[in-house]
Amino acid sequence: MLQRTVPIAILGLSGVILMLAYFSPLTTSWGETVLEWFNILAAVAFVLGAGNLLAVNLEKISSRRPGWAYAAITLLSFFLMLGFGLLKVGAVPNPQHPGVHLAGNYETADSPFGWIYEYVFSPLTATMFAMLAFYVASAAFRAFRAKNTESILLLGTAFVILLAQTAAGMFLTGWIPEDSAFAFLRLDWMKVAITEHIQTAGMRAITIGIALGVVATSLRLILGIDKSYLSKG
Amino acid sequence: MDRPRTHRLRLRRAVAAVFAAATPLCLAAAAWADEAATASADAAANAAATSAADPATAVAWINTARLPLLVALVIICGSVVAGIALARSGRPLRIRRLAALDAVDEAIGRATEMGRSVLFVPGIQDMTDIQTVAGVTVLGRVARTAAEYDARLEVPTSRSIVMAAARETVQAAHFTAGRPETYNESNIYYITDEQFGYVAAVTGKMVREKPAACFYMGAFYAESLLFAENGNSIGAIQIAGTAEPSQLPFFVAACDYTLIGEEFFAASAYLSGERDQLGSVKGQDLGKLWIAAAILLGCALATAAVFVPSLAGAAASFKAILGG
Amino acid sequence: MNTNTHDRQGGGGGGSFLSRLGGLDRRWIFLAMGLSIAVPILLKLRFPEVPGPMARATFDAIESIPEGSRVLLAFDYDPASAGELQPMANAMVHHCAARGHRIVFMALWPLGKQMADATIKDVLLEFHPQYAYGTDYVQLGYKAGNEAVVKLMATDIPQQYSTDAAGAALASLPLVADVKSTTDFKLVASISAGYPGAKEWVQYANSANPEAFKLVSGSTGVQVSQLLPYYPAQMEGLLVAVKGAAEYEMLVTAAYPSADKPDLLAERLGQGRVRMGPQLVAHLLMIGLIILGNIAMVAGRSRGGAR
Repeated sequence: MLQRTVPIAILGLSGVILMLAYFSPLTTSWGETVLEWFNILAAVAFVLGAGNLLAVNLEKISSRRPGWAYAAITLLSFFLMLGFGLLKVGAVPNPQHPGVHLAGNYETADSPFGWIYEYVFSPLTATMFAMLAFYVASAAFRAFRAKNTESILLLGTAFVILLAQTAAGMFLTGWIPEDSAFAFLRLDWMKVAITEHIQTAGMRAITIGIALGVVATSLRLILGIDKSYLSKG
Repeated sequence: MDRPRTHRLRLRRAVAAVFAAATPLCLAAAAWADEAATASADAAANAAATSAADPATAVAWINTARLPLLVALVIICGSVVAGIALARSGRPLRIRRLAALDAVDEAIGRATEMGRSVLFVPGIQDMTDIQTVAGVTVLGRVARTAAEYDARLEVPTSRSIVMAAARETVQAAHFTAGRPETYNESNIYYITDEQFGYVAAVTGKMVREKPAACFYMGAFYAESLLFAENGNSIGAIQIAGTAEPSQLPFFVAACDYTLIGEEFFAASAYLSGERDQLGSVKGQDLGKLWIAAAILLGCALATAAVFVPSLAGAAASFKAILGG
Repeated sequence: MNTNTHDRQGGGGGGSFLSRLGGLDRRWIFLAMGLSIAVPILLKLRFPEVPGPMARATFDAIESIPEGSRVLLAFDYDPASAGELQPMANAMVHHCAARGHRIVFMALWPLGKQMADATIKDVLLEFHPQYAYGTDYVQLGYKAGNEAVVKLMATDIPQQYSTDAAGAALASLPLVADVKSTTDFKLVASISAGYPGAKEWVQYANSANPEAFKLVSGSTGVQVSQLLPYYPAQMEGLLVAVKGAAEYEMLVTAAYPSADKPDLLAERLGQGRVRMGPQLVAHLLMIGLIILGNIAMVAGRSRGGAR
């Protein structure tokens, strides 16, 4: 009984207090303070996550489950970066304190940590992001089909934006004078009309709906109506 | 006229009457608040001028500049509470069907038949993000169904606290389903906080283990399309839900079912089937009516001010009241 | 609206060539996309760009503040988004330095500090070696807390940043010794890849002090739809994706060329224009793929109707 009542009471009380605290200059900063508490908790929770990472990957390696080599690479990378960062292995000595090893700078590319960031981590991260270009192309080929009126409108909009975002837009319609009656046919004008009016209107409508959803979800949690997050053990 | 339709008509008339009565009251309250804010700003300016000489000046207890927001909060929260109260009163509730949520059982059943796992991704943000909280509450429902169907549910997380919360939720779901012995906490694990490291790990897992059903419920950014396209390539049935407007198009294009914005927040209530929770969804819609009324009123005033210049002051006041 | 149910691998097998195209293996598409990006880069294809109103507004916003003003540059992105945002970051730093503005760097993203360090090294100190740390520029570094950082910076910067990234007390740095809040800056610029970013600067810094400073932003293409409602009321300038970066680069390099390192400037502040070449070809490829997919769909339907 207490296992469920106490969390619900904590959530409800803190939710109401923080909501009302926003409206008083004396208590406005309480929200940021609670956020700082959470950041401290999250930092400590890193240990929990790291422990779980080790446990899961070590188990995978020891039981030789399919893909265990990836687990080995994960653990190797983990300990490598931990060593280089925490112990400042190979850090560039601090000119003001050359005898103090831990005062060294480990972030520059001259140190192993910085080198791995510069030449391994950054390119890998950029590569993952760059994969989006390929996936967008395959998604567009598969999903953009003119099956009904709405999808035809979607296709037309997509063509306008795709062309207007490149030099092709100016090449195709840049010759239309801006002060002519046909200026609305310029792709850059159409792009502005679509993005600043149609897209913004739709975005605002979705954002308003989301804000209402946030309020309703938060109230359900604060009032204790939704208790699905609680353990029932 | 049959009884349910009479009830609905009475309900609609009651709502319209509440609107008609409350809107001018709220506008008046907000106007008073706006006036008070101006007066208090003047008072604050005077107080600042005198406080240098007299430090023991009275402290403002309430930020009057934020009173219009407080009024709006009371209205919206009141709408949600009114929806809950209406539900408790026994009024029939009609919520439109959400295809994405009706497909949850189908997706998990498919995974069970194929002997493959179900993958649930609760987003890449921490529990401070309401989307993650909503995702974890949906996870509870999905986990219960998976436990009932005896399907293996995997939940890779990007934050340690989310992992802890997800474990609690899934364990509770297994208990609720009467299958506590099937709960395996090693199926809910932490990968990394780094966005693309997490994506690489999860998509690699998807390609190797080929889950039959993939759920993406939470806050996503650039990785949304990576998840969705990979899931598509392995032939998984995909159900997504997020409140990130910029990622919705990717999910809509690549997933089988998508919960758009507020539908995602209604998902937990919808899946629970509890009257109180469904009533809060109706209250959410009531709040939307308030906002729509304010938008229409503002647009009407602004348009009228173009043709009748004397209304320009009223339009400006209305805008100021709403904090614009 | 779901169009993908039970259509996970595209159109069916058998039938005419056109209808079979609907089931084209995605690896051909990946290959075509790879070539459409690689070939323009290798051939160094460049296309003329005409600066649009938003790029001009961003340029004008930085031009309009007095020379030597104190500006705050927030690097709210990481290496993943550097492809889109680094060109505009480079151009903005060069623009500010060419105007003699004194620059305070900070980051809301953990890896933003590294992005700022790289820009300082490759642009600021390369083309403006007279810039001295502490008096002309300061690196505050990364601070955890997302929007809470922005909120605090709108009221009390020393509470948020008691030292700079290297550990030196702010009071010891002449540029920031007297800084209390964002109102002490003439301009705040956020190069933003998402959350936290430009939206938080609008919501918490600009809304607290709307007239105190000008706010401009550069954003990735996918995120810009959330920022458009704020332009131009709360945000004076907005650079949109690589195209915005290319347009802004053109304006900056035309107004502030480098007398002694013109080639290096063209290289360092020309990356946006370099990337517009592949963008054009890739966009044309996507249009072609969409048309091809629809032709395949129509061919498949008419073949099914003929049966």
